[in-house]
Amino acid sequence: MNAPANPLAMRMEGPSPAVEVAKDLARRGALIAPVAAMVGAIFWGTDGAVSVAYALAIVVVNFLLAAWSLGFAARISIALMAGVALFGFLIRLGLITLAVLLVRDAAWVELIPLGLTLIITHLGLLFWEMRFVSASLAFPGLKPKPGLDAAQASNSPTISDLSETKEHQ
Amino acid sequence: MSVLAQIAQDIEAADLQNIEAAGGAGMAYGLAAIGPGIGIGYLVGQAVQAMARQPESAGQVQTTMFLGIAFTEALALIGFVVFILLKFV
Repeated sequence: MNAPANPLAMRMEGPSPAVEVAKDLARRGALIAPVAAMVGAIFWGTDGAVSVAYALAIVVVNFLLAAWSLGFAARISIALMAGVALFGFLIRLGLITLAVLLVRDAAWVELIPLGLTLIITHLGLLFWEMRFVSASLAFPGLKPKPGLDAAQASNSPTISDLSETKEHQ
Repeated sequence: MSVLAQIAQDIEAADLQNIEAAGGAGMAYGLAAIGPGIGIGYLVGQAVQAMARQPESAGQVQTTMFLGIAFTEALALIGFVVFILLKFV
């Protein structure tokens, strides 16, 4: 069994897989936005459509902000990433509260579709994204597209390769 | 004491109802944020431990951690939505 590394000194390099997943979530959010706005328009009119779009924007920005902050902190230190994850949760919750409270009296806001969209799209996008998340060391973020060459996967290090490298060192 | 009694007399039933509603909504939001806070703390702690033990799987752990945080955050969002619906609708 490996001795644990020092999280204060350890940091991640290269592109963050969390950012990759968040960008994919944003892409899927943009895909469902017209349908969601249409549903809002059917039940609550134009105000409903605008409120649904606003809530969807809040959800997507929240995902991107969370992933970016985690990726940024992980490049400095894993321990900092833990702190950013906790305080980032509080800060982002505050920002969501602010974003909703600032517009709650606006003429175009319907609070019921806005609230429902916040919950449904947040969970819905996550469950949808779960189908595309990879669980391999070669592709730590998203699963490779079917057309992507298998050579890239075979060239990527596996656990055993890395263990051997460690033993040689 | 007489000042307090005067204030109590000035508060009408409608005001009391508003105060109760605001207190209830605020408590719902606050309580709903505690659980996810504990959950995210535990989740991130375990993720950091996993990364420290197996640095080669750090990317994979970060992806799982990000998704875990997002799912846990949904609980706080539900509390927030209950808060705005109770308070403003």
